[in-house]
Amino acid sequence: MTDTLPDAGFAGRVYPPTAPYAVGREKLREFAAAVGALHPAHHDLEVARGLGYADLVAPTTFAVVIAQAAEAQYVQDPDARIDFSRVVHADERFTHHRPIVAGDELVTVLHVDKVVHRAGIAMVTTRCEIAAGDQPVATVVSTLAVRGEDK
Amino acid sequence: MTRPVLDDLAVGDVVATRTLELDRPRLVRYAGASGDFNRIHWDEAFATGVGLPNVIVHGMLTMGAAVGVVEEWAGDPGAVVDYQTRFTRPVPVPATEVVLVEVSAAVGAVDAEARTVRVDLTVTHEGAKVLGKAQAVVQL
Repeated sequence: MTDTLPDAGFAGRVYPPTAPYAVGREKLREFAAAVGALHPAHHDLEVARGLGYADLVAPTTFAVVIAQAAEAQYVQDPDARIDFSRVVHADERFTHHRPIVAGDELVTVLHVDKVVHRAGIAMVTTRCEIAAGDQPVATVVSTLAVRGEDK
Repeated sequence: MTRPVLDDLAVGDVVATRTLELDRPRLVRYAGASGDFNRIHWDEAFATGVGLPNVIVHGMLTMGAAVGVVEEWAGDPGAVVDYQTRFTRPVPVPATEVVLVEVSAAVGAVDAEARTVRVDLTVTHEGAKVLGKAQAVVQL
């Protein structure tokens, strides 16, 4: 049932830049505690500054918070036909062009790179290009596997 | 804080291990911190209703928790310049249990010119891999 799978016509779509996401110190501490990131540079300003950072450093996967908010533009669009009760997260990749630190104001451009149907399953790959002004900060690539209704 | 010395590293060196202890409160905490409120991670009736064995751990929680050992080993979280994984197997979390996930980090490749080390993470639950091709690139 192809019409229960994500619409392949969304591949190649690029969304307008998001409103800026303000990276907060307490949000970084909260996220670090939730994933169990114990390095003191996530928690202690003196340690972070001692390593040369302007402020607390984000855990490696923190950018998922920013990316998932941007991805919502696509995955929550009813026309995209992504049924979250049928979604499995297939893969994720973070490429950091520079570390994210508290105080950053980050804008994300969401790309739908691929929507591939194969044997009743759709593989949907999105890419978030996260930047501070003209400076690239992180690229987050995520693939969801979406089962069709007969699977 | 000590930093690893690139020239001292050899492929296959195990640089860190950790046992992650995951339970329902931990999943709820991650849901709140990350903004990922998918019901399959906290609502057992919903999770089993969509064919899962139970509530399952956010793949992103497992991914995020596993890389902590690499950040600590690197001595600088900002040194982890790339990190990827595939999610190969869900980790079910029964209501009152603490589920154990084993993490082992080993040197997968050393690039002397780029001054980077690829750290390969082996992440298992009950003996089976839950992450596939989990690789972190560390700039030294």
